[in-house]
Amino acid sequence: MKPVPLPTPDTQEWFDRIDAGELTVPRCTACASFFLHPRSSCPRCGARAVELIPAAGTGVLLSFVVNHRAPAGFEAPYALGVVALAEGPRLTGIVRTDAPDRLEVDAPVRVAFEERGERRVVCFELKEAGR
Amino acid sequence: MSARGAGLRGAIAIVGAAESTDLGKIPDKSALELHVDAALNALADCGLTPADVDGVASAGELPNDVADYLGIVPEYLDGTNVGGSSYMLHVRHAMAAISAGLCETVLVTHGESGRSRIGMTPWAPAPQSFMGQLEVPHGPVGAPSLFPMGVRRYMAEYGMTREQLALVPVVQRQWAAMNPRAKLRDPITVEDVFASPVIADPVHLLHCCLVTDGGGALVLTSAERARSLDLPQPPVYVLGAGESSESSVVSGLESLTSSRAIRIGGERALAQSGVAHADVDHLMIYDAFAHVPVYGLEDLGFVGRGEAPAFIEDGHTAPGGSLPMNTNGGGLSYTHTGMYGMFAIQESVRQVRGTAPAQVDGVDVSVCTGVGGMFMSSGTLVLGSAATL
Repeated sequence: MKPVPLPTPDTQEWFDRIDAGELTVPRCTACASFFLHPRSSCPRCGARAVELIPAAGTGVLLSFVVNHRAPAGFEAPYALGVVALAEGPRLTGIVRTDAPDRLEVDAPVRVAFEERGERRVVCFELKEAGR
Repeated sequence: MSARGAGLRGAIAIVGAAESTDLGKIPDKSALELHVDAALNALADCGLTPADVDGVASAGELPNDVADYLGIVPEYLDGTNVGGSSYMLHVRHAMAAISAGLCETVLVTHGESGRSRIGMTPWAPAPQSFMGQLEVPHGPVGAPSLFPMGVRRYMAEYGMTREQLALVPVVQRQWAAMNPRAKLRDPITVEDVFASPVIADPVHLLHCCLVTDGGGALVLTSAERARSLDLPQPPVYVLGAGESSESSVVSGLESLTSSRAIRIGGERALAQSGVAHADVDHLMIYDAFAHVPVYGLEDLGFVGRGEAPAFIEDGHTAPGGSLPMNTNGGGLSYTHTGMYGMFAIQESVRQVRGTAPAQVDGVDVSVCTGVGGMFMSSGTLVLGSAATL
């Protein structure tokens, strides 16, 4: 069984909304900064005034590795990348593709979700691939 | 205005430095025993005993356990644990504590049964940790997937080739060949790196550090007290030190092509030391993976942005080069227990003392940089001989 995140109180809602199929990005209502990882106060101004804004769901692949060894439950090879979301903050996730070795830095991607039991896990797919 | 902490330049000295009796595969010693073995070796190195120590710093194992095992009655404890760079931070903190008169003699210890896993807590990020929430569910193969995550971006932005990346372990193996204690000593080529198994492309097995058992320890005291001791080895002075940190998850790092923690810690250390880059004779940069010295050379300011691959390719860091680097063979060839920082400090001390197996001529200033996690923390030390005071 692939692992799933175990949220803490300050990340619970962010993960709950992923489970509901919605990616959000935390934003400080005091200074308007977007940030990730999710947390209960703003890493730029310290305000305890954070709201979750629905993400556009698009981004670019900043960088990636292609794992040729895999933990239990994962089938190598697969691309694991860091994506810069349209809102600015970044997330790590698998980039779904049949040809991980042909991925390129800066490829436009869109957010997708992988069902994992009761939870969903964020992943990405190439924007051109369509769906 | 003088640099922050400039008054502490040269205030303390490393008087004892030693590694565990054995390195590599040590199934008959627990992690804690490796701390103790190295500690006793370091105390013997400076002619002191546990009774002379009033401060203990360690990571991995608790400093109170190290003190208890050795029968030390401490007045100063530092359990700072930010991964492999912890020991650079211990030295910096001891510099402050000794200078402030909180204690007199600090023992810094490292020991890990990285390979045999004797007495080690299993390494598994808790599902509620940042890594457990944000990285583990996505299937990284541990550090080899996460640490080099930015390498492709670096290649795209600065034109580093796969051959240049492969030259890092090739050059380090040249140093290792001169070090009888190095685990891997046979020469390798770029082709050998490419022919080694792919772990997390672009990372092959030979781009990755070893996994070994071992330990190391340092004995620190004031420069003044060092002069009053009858030391078998010359003291090595701490001219400057710096530290910083950032996100423990890769997606939270400020940049994928540079380490902010190395930049800030390095800048602080060099400013405090008053040493110019051109005056640095020898350099250690934590090499858990081949790209880390590439980032480190740039983040410490030894070369400009994007210039490190060509600098290494041109032989500057190799034997006979202008800036000998990782002269013990590094984590890639010498040893890597998990938190390698202690071994980088040990080699810097040996080079300043003039006792390294692959000794570089005339080393008066050595800079030593550690990294913790996947660039989550860093500490830098500038060490100098008596001639630099």
